[in-house]
Amino acid sequence: MAKIEEYIPIVGQSVIDDLNLLGQKLSGKVIQNINSTSVGGGVAEILNRMIPLLKELGVDARWDLIKGGSDFFGVTKKFHNALHGKSEEISAHDYEIFMQTSRDNIEEMGIYGDVIFIHDPQPIALIEKKKDNKWIWRCHIDVSSPNSEVWKFLWDFIVKYDSIVFSAPNFSQILPVRQFLISPSIDPLSDKNKELSTEEIDSVLAKYGITRDKPIITQISRFDALKDPIGVIDVYKKVKKYIDCQLILAGGTAADDPEGVKVLEEVEDKAQEDDDMHILLLPQNDIEVNALQRASTIIMQKSIKEGFGLTVAEALWKAKPVVASNVGGIPLQIKHKYSGLLCHSIDGAAFAVKQLLNSPQYAKKLGENGREHIRNNFLITRHIKDYMLLFLSLYNKEDIVYL
Amino acid sequence: MPELIKAKEPFRFYTRLHLTELTGLRATTVSQLLELIRKVPGSCIYHHTHRFLQQHQYLSPEPPNDFAYWVAEILGEKELAENLESIDTVQFKTIRMLRERIVATIEEYLKANPSAALRFADEDRPFYFMKSVSFVIPTNYVVSDLKEFIEVLEKITIDSIYFHIFESRLRLEKGDNDFSNWIADSLGDKRLAEEISRLDPYTHMLEELRQAIIKIIKKRIAA
Repeated sequence: MAKIEEYIPIVGQSVIDDLNLLGQKLSGKVIQNINSTSVGGGVAEILNRMIPLLKELGVDARWDLIKGGSDFFGVTKKFHNALHGKSEEISAHDYEIFMQTSRDNIEEMGIYGDVIFIHDPQPIALIEKKKDNKWIWRCHIDVSSPNSEVWKFLWDFIVKYDSIVFSAPNFSQILPVRQFLISPSIDPLSDKNKELSTEEIDSVLAKYGITRDKPIITQISRFDALKDPIGVIDVYKKVKKYIDCQLILAGGTAADDPEGVKVLEEVEDKAQEDDDMHILLLPQNDIEVNALQRASTIIMQKSIKEGFGLTVAEALWKAKPVVASNVGGIPLQIKHKYSGLLCHSIDGAAFAVKQLLNSPQYAKKLGENGREHIRNNFLITRHIKDYMLLFLSLYNKEDIVYL
Repeated sequence: MPELIKAKEPFRFYTRLHLTELTGLRATTVSQLLELIRKVPGSCIYHHTHRFLQQHQYLSPEPPNDFAYWVAEILGEKELAENLESIDTVQFKTIRMLRERIVATIEEYLKANPSAALRFADEDRPFYFMKSVSFVIPTNYVVSDLKEFIEVLEKITIDSIYFHIFESRLRLEKGDNDFSNWIADSLGDKRLAEEISRLDPYTHMLEELRQAIIKIIKKRIAA
């Protein structure tokens, strides 16, 4: 695991000095993070990197998991989809499953932090244990047009928190509690983002029978309908009519995502007849994901809904040209025609991919601009700084705070 | 080289880090934008007229305030955008005065172009009002003369330069930037103070601004 000093060559000494200063201001406070899974998905990934770095900066950050069976995670997956605006049948029994598991967790979970940092809806009901400590709910989901029934159900919990955190401005609503904008981030020194040698990249390509003789279009995502892998295949087929190319669809499934297997089957079925389509199940193989991104000519993120879309930041950090949907946090990362291309449809995405494959200089420039934008705004050091300021804001309600 | 004057009061460098607070308020037309600009907290006006300075420290196509960007890119009102973009922020001593100028600019435009009030942003592209929450932190750098001042200025974070030049003058309503105030009041060098005040910081990127100030002071020391 990288030490905080190792980020100095990437972000500069002064950024690290600021982090140390903020760490001192939080000395003595215990920050208790709670979510539902230690592996799979963006939340676990960020916490895995962030907790050790916060500790190194002198912040006593800890991490606990709630418990839940497959029925509970089935319901929270429905919540997740419904909050993203997808139509879902949620029965009274489903709500009861959620509440029963929540009651079990309320009973069993030890709450010891000065600041309790709850990630996503699964552990949201723990707020019932609130006493004189501070509580933050971190919503990683695109709630720009949530299913009103589920939102109303969660509302009673949300209003009891001290602060809410969203990843993009369009997720905000008029709320009776303070709400902050904190974008997630990537770690430039993690296995998923660190520099790789040509040999390392080639060995991964060889393992999966991918050659470099044709352009490679890649989407790295969990196999999830909201990431629209079927739409990516349609884009690829439209491009393939004019430009001989390959497609890689690679990703894993998170422990709290029971739908993943079904989507993967559908994708594999659709990809059967074409040897240039590579469907790869890579649960938690970060080096391989890194290698595939670096080997790609173009990276896509054709999500229908997106919390933030960290795979876009990962691709841009590798200076890759990206074609992505204009949803969730993606437009914060891509300024259209400057640091990537945004699209709204399969046809639009196919046109953008063809344009970039035929204009490599333009594609290169978009990738370079994207890398600098990520360096300035979406690396883990900025994220840690925002979180430390967020913790301090719980004790200071003014717009200008003198520390 | 003349002997350096020692300051009556030393200068302590501060730095400023910020967090963005969401308000849930959004506008989909110029009229709604105007109505909300009139009533949102000053911290919102500050955020949308200064955010770009810190987020874009390299060349980028962003215009210098969020209001201008939105009316141009989302509503297609390029002329209003230009009017908002060219507001001379440096001449205003308070957020209230800056807000009044922005309001007057939009009102004048709507009066001359009533049809602009009929344009709606796409449902997914409204203007989202946000606030800047600033955390001001003292650094360990304290200086007593111009030579020491330059030494620190060369290595201090751009957040610190940002705080002393922009935030302190407008948001904390100190009338002028902290550097000019100290040079005039504690070193008694009004000419140098004025020269730094005359820089329009809104047309520089922060690194360029650092270099411009250093150059002016070095020239003064050598004179």
